[in-house]
Amino acid sequence: MEIVVLLKQVPATESLIEIADDGVSIKSDDIKWVINPYDEFAVEEALRIKEAHEGSVSILSVGSEKTVEAIRTALAMGADKGILVNVPDGDVYDGLTTARILSAVLKETPFDMIIAGQRAVDDDNFQVGPATAEFLNIPHISMVIKQEIANGKIKCHRTVEGGTAILETPLPVLFTTQRGINEPRYASLPGIMKAKKKPIDMKTITDIGLDPATVGKPLTKIVSLKTPPERKGGIMIEGDSAQAKAVKIVKILHEEAKVL
Amino acid sequence: MDFDLTKEQEMIRREVRKFAQSEIAPVASELDEKEEFSAEVTRKMGEIGLFGMFVSEKYDGQDMDYLSYIIAVEEIARVDGSQAATVAAGNSLGIGPIYYFGTEEQKKKYLPKLCSGEGLWGFGLTEPTAGSDAGGSKTTAVKDGNEWVLNGSKIFITNAACELSMGVTVQAVTGTRPSGKPEYTCFLVEHGTPGFKAVPMHKKMMWRASDTAELYFDDVKIPENNILGLPGDGFHQMLATLDGGRLSIAAMGLGGSQGAYEAALKYAKNRVQFGQPICKFQAVAFKLADCALEIECARNLLYKACWLKDHQRSFEKEAAMAKLYCSELMGRVANHAVQIHGGYGLMKEYNVERFYRDQKLLDIGEGTSEVQRIVISRYIGC
Repeated sequence: MEIVVLLKQVPATESLIEIADDGVSIKSDDIKWVINPYDEFAVEEALRIKEAHEGSVSILSVGSEKTVEAIRTALAMGADKGILVNVPDGDVYDGLTTARILSAVLKETPFDMIIAGQRAVDDDNFQVGPATAEFLNIPHISMVIKQEIANGKIKCHRTVEGGTAILETPLPVLFTTQRGINEPRYASLPGIMKAKKKPIDMKTITDIGLDPATVGKPLTKIVSLKTPPERKGGIMIEGDSAQAKAVKIVKILHEEAKVL
Repeated sequence: MDFDLTKEQEMIRREVRKFAQSEIAPVASELDEKEEFSAEVTRKMGEIGLFGMFVSEKYDGQDMDYLSYIIAVEEIARVDGSQAATVAAGNSLGIGPIYYFGTEEQKKKYLPKLCSGEGLWGFGLTEPTAGSDAGGSKTTAVKDGNEWVLNGSKIFITNAACELSMGVTVQAVTGTRPSGKPEYTCFLVEHGTPGFKAVPMHKKMMWRASDTAELYFDDVKIPENNILGLPGDGFHQMLATLDGGRLSIAAMGLGGSQGAYEAALKYAKNRVQFGQPICKFQAVAFKLADCALEIECARNLLYKACWLKDHQRSFEKEAAMAKLYCSELMGRVANHAVQIHGGYGLMKEYNVERFYRDQKLLDIGEGTSEVQRIVISRYIGC
């Protein structure tokens, strides 16, 4: 089973995000970078599939040279090799452009399965996985919380509003991982040492047959970034008993919040 | 000059920190309260590779440099002193002597199990009447045919009386040198050897989730090939072990300082008194500034000592300095942390009181602060 994981390096969720002076990007000086948490599920799932069915796990990423660190972490977890499409630091691509770059690499890479996080936690676009599958003309299943592989087919449980849907498709497939699918392992210390010796193939946009001039021009453009509004204070419900308070809460939820 | 860690060292810090936060932090307080050693946590620490970090792959070690090991201990200590003690003692005192001085046969026999975290090994030096004065040891070994007969006792021995304990390295008097001083030899004594008893010690103030033992040797017969390295090398082996061990105690002081400081800083930013977060008051802000400053100094000193060791340069003076400075620093930082937390700092719900207690060992274990000052003063020619 040849498995490719699409991986993005994103700011650590505990980083303090500040908007840069240009108003359309974030200040990146003091940010710690990590593997996108949903992609970490994808790496873990790929390793589990490899352990059960043999084969190899490749990590594919688009990013600047600092992305090597995220790829090395995945290699330390147990992946076998990495491919980085090295683009200038600061270049921002929309989901479709990223998918175009990834699919250009994947057209030259043998795979039975591609796994990606359902979205990246930095831009929350949800697009790269499905768009890559479209460019490759293979089926895709998103938000997967469980998978079973047998006889060249994969059966996936995916979350839907209020329940779970089960879908089946022949391989090759691209699926995206949802929280709950697994608990990612730590990169063990021996794993970190082994990762030093694992290969990372560095490619440029030109290497993969695309034109840097057109790739650098995404179809969508960030017009401005804003921080979320500060939270308003809560409402304290006064009352003599729990029952009296519950009655008031229900009334507020029904009449003011209009959620009941 | 290069102050950057390697990519691997950075990754080790990140992964060990993640591990400590998700696997140790949730249970640290409870294990401390119950004064309970957890074999499960130790095995997990073994699984990610925290034992045998500086041991070659040949014996199932991780083949890393000493600084990587020190960073790992620092990150565990940032969350919990007890587990850091299990790791530091397991590596520096348990694995170290066998790896550095053992015969090939001894290394092959013991190291793979110790490096996996399935087994722990103690280091028997301190005796009831021989602490800083290690020359006052009364445990003796007398040769009898092809065997040695061991009699005596040891005290405060980490990792020697829990379900994972496999044995201990014991220093015993085996004769008199031409100078009139006692001659020491180290013996590898396996658990289960008749006459050897290890008893866990309880009612500790600190490191309550680490295993501490009293050892008794009553006519314990040890085969000749269980001598560590060569007969008569015991004193030198012990001193060399303690030099390396000092770096790991320093790492515990540094990590503990970091943990207590982070807790204090977070609390001071959130705790509001007189209408503003208390970190805005100079009395509190200056305490935190001092902590940040001294932690930076401590880290540079300790990492330099490790760098010297990793480059096969002499590091003994710097190791003593780092051990002394990092240990005492944690005392100052934990004290500030409790003070900044006010009344809450005295309660177990806030972890700073555990850091405050755990620190005290660092001034005492593996060479007291006073002994470190003696070592340093000798190096500067006093």
